[in-house]
Amino acid sequence: MVIKRRTFLKAAALATTSLWVPRFLQAHARPGALAPNGKILVVIQLSGGNDGLNTVIPTRNDIYYRERPRLGIARDKALPLTGEAGLHPALPALKNLYDAGELAVLHNVGYPNPDRSHFRSMDIWHSASPASEYWSTGWLGRYLDAQCAGSTRQCEAPVLEIDDTLSLALKGERRKGLALQEPRQLYETARSPYFTDYSAAQSSREDDDSPAGYLYKTMAETLSSAEYLFEKSRVKLSRAGYPATGLGKHFKTVASLILGGAETSVYYLSLGSFDTHINQAAQQKRLFTELNDALAAFSTDLKNQGRWNDVLVVTFSEFGRRVSQNASGGTDHGTANQMFFLGGSLKQKGLLNALPDLRDLDDGDLKFSVDFRQVYATLLERWLDTAANPVLGQSFEALPFL
Amino acid sequence: MAVSKQLKLQHLLWRAGFGPEARSWRQWELLDDYAWWPRLRSDSAAPPRFFDVADGAVRGLLMGIGELGKIEQTKKEMSTDQKKEVRKKSRENLQSLNLVWLEEMVRTKAQLREKMALFWHGHFASRNINILYQQELLHLLRTHALGNFGDLLRAVSKSAAILAFLNNQQNKKEHPNENFARELMELFTLGRGNYTETDVKEAARAFTGWGFKLDGTFVFRRFFHDTGSKTVLDKKGNFDGDDILNILLGQRQTAHFITRKLYRFLVNEETVPEERIRQLGDRFFDSGYDIMALLDSIFGSTWFFNEENIGCKIKSPVELWVGIRRALPLTLDDPEGQIVLQKALSQVLLYPPNVAGWPGGRSWIDSTSLMLRLRLPHIIAAQGALGLNPKSDDDQMMGQMRAGRLQNRLAAEADWQPLLDIFSSQSERDIIPSIARFLWQTPQANPPLAVLKRHTDPGSKIQLIRTAALQLMATPEYQLC
Repeated sequence: MVIKRRTFLKAAALATTSLWVPRFLQAHARPGALAPNGKILVVIQLSGGNDGLNTVIPTRNDIYYRERPRLGIARDKALPLTGEAGLHPALPALKNLYDAGELAVLHNVGYPNPDRSHFRSMDIWHSASPASEYWSTGWLGRYLDAQCAGSTRQCEAPVLEIDDTLSLALKGERRKGLALQEPRQLYETARSPYFTDYSAAQSSREDDDSPAGYLYKTMAETLSSAEYLFEKSRVKLSRAGYPATGLGKHFKTVASLILGGAETSVYYLSLGSFDTHINQAAQQKRLFTELNDALAAFSTDLKNQGRWNDVLVVTFSEFGRRVSQNASGGTDHGTANQMFFLGGSLKQKGLLNALPDLRDLDDGDLKFSVDFRQVYATLLERWLDTAANPVLGQSFEALPFL
Repeated sequence: MAVSKQLKLQHLLWRAGFGPEARSWRQWELLDDYAWWPRLRSDSAAPPRFFDVADGAVRGLLMGIGELGKIEQTKKEMSTDQKKEVRKKSRENLQSLNLVWLEEMVRTKAQLREKMALFWHGHFASRNINILYQQELLHLLRTHALGNFGDLLRAVSKSAAILAFLNNQQNKKEHPNENFARELMELFTLGRGNYTETDVKEAARAFTGWGFKLDGTFVFRRFFHDTGSKTVLDKKGNFDGDDILNILLGQRQTAHFITRKLYRFLVNEETVPEERIRQLGDRFFDSGYDIMALLDSIFGSTWFFNEENIGCKIKSPVELWVGIRRALPLTLDDPEGQIVLQKALSQVLLYPPNVAGWPGGRSWIDSTSLMLRLRLPHIIAAQGALGLNPKSDDDQMMGQMRAGRLQNRLAAEADWQPLLDIFSSQSERDIIPSIARFLWQTPQANPPLAVLKRHTDPGSKIQLIRTAALQLMATPEYQLC
């Protein structure tokens, strides 16, 4: 009987933890491991529909100030980017990155037949489906599928969400990302003697292509990934000061995994809620301060460690908001929105395209000019080194900013 | 390998319901196999009771303002605070409805009815903040769950919940809104690829004017209806919405589409023999869409009990949790913890992800959701009162490590007596295999006895039964039915 290498390793791991060889390292030893170029993508989801027009403010636009007599951000308050555009005053770190040539903004990103339901529009952004279709897998999950297709190598945890539950975006057909709040928590769960014993005892069934096999395999991969990520998160404890906010802690976790040498190529984080129907000014300012301070700490940390050129941070929201303010000091659900790109390796920087045209609206909403799937295609091909077509189901021309 | 009688019975109880109930297990065991299905049918014969959880204030604000022209006006007249209050109350009421239904799944003998209602809930998926509309829709689903699919389709298509969710209130002659017509064809009847874009557009015109009053009652607004001629699926006429529903029900494809989906829900998610679907679907069509007759064909067949169809289905979070509560009766300190649990496992009753319902199958399982599923028995036990083996201290700790909130909120008192009644007469060495046979549906899987022995408490028979049951539920095998 041939003892499979994996089975043997697991048995060895049981004997003594120092012999534990994480599956990640096995993956590393094989050709074509994930993220061969060492690039790392960090996605920040601004949940709830961020008001893009008060994020990058069209400071010379009369229509903007006319439609937002109460909510409009005055030109002298905005942080100037160009003669016509300024950043929300709570985002000085982004302004600094802009000045350093490490920030790019793409305006008017959206999709045809926009949906104004949070759930549905978020579904569309996660699955990258046309608005008329319901897909049950996400674009980063299918990226995982594509990476691991026809391969026997281990592919667990190259896509991580810093959260308690896994978003649709990270669920593939055959592979799924991993969600954790904090590596130690998952590790405490996974090192349960019962689970490790049990998983080892049933390891011969992991290759079974049945639902049972899928469960055994997921269990075994989770246990080994948990240990791997915990170890990596402790290799190089980041000394940099991160804010004690939710997002600040999450970025600290991401930084510690990157600096510890984890092979994770995609990190997924969320901030919200940006659903500012009432009293938008205070709410958006609070969330932007959290975003700003976390990004300031993260970019500084990675620059100091010489890794900023390997990282690309991307923001998106399920939709923007209507051009006109409402009667409650807020804005209602809209359509197209901008995306930010931050990192040390941008080929184009600054404002990548024209500001929204407020004279040409669709029933009070912005018209999109860039399909978000074109952005995904760009990220996949130019950053993650992966063919976009199989992931997105059709071809989109990559944009030149990467 | 022959499938044992016990495994077959459990298979039927898991698929036609939410798993065997420890308290009534002995009665079921005594029945002959030919009596199982008739018993399940008769247990679900009575019409369901109506779950009315709507707050008086919400009802007062939303009901009795029937005149159509006034709807928008009334909404505008409500102050911001009033609207906020209605939304808040409605959300709370939706949680109550969720928990009331969940409790019914655990306790009712009408297992078949509630199981089928869950299927239809995923099929006619609606997210709607309005509690009155949602509780009406749920009642429709439960009432027609075992009746006639045509009646069900017609009732659902005239429900405020679905018409609101799919924007048919905005479907007017001058500005047709295709959302309802599209989902009706794609998800409710024919399935993708069996109609054209033109069919959708034309059908949408037929549904112009279908709407509802603020109190949720259906209304046909003649003024908004497009009376012109339409062509749908090669039929031509001055159709209205009812005509379109009849045309769709007249397509054999509708029967096949529903049959395939139901087969995947009840029998086998991954292996679907097309010839069998064709035969079942034809019979369903010829019966005039008699749902109970279709269930007779499925549960009365021999292939339903084939080994390949047993233990091959990944339980949905609701099936898993309700199943645990049927095997091990729990008195929960805080029933709302079950809402948190549903969220964490991605299946919240009355909040399907979108109109396509829950995708099911392997999509339930990722690293995070699997670990939580595996820890559930430990979370219940971590309260201490249940007493786990000292060797399993880490398992207990584990329950307290992550999601402390969930941990606290799932605190429960378990009633072990029913399980003790079933297994106390077993010899010590037979206890673990016997409990495994009761809790697991995987025909060929034997529990790794050495591992279980290390992680159970042999101190007394009672302790052994308790710890073995918990550990056997904390396994990948228990995720299957």
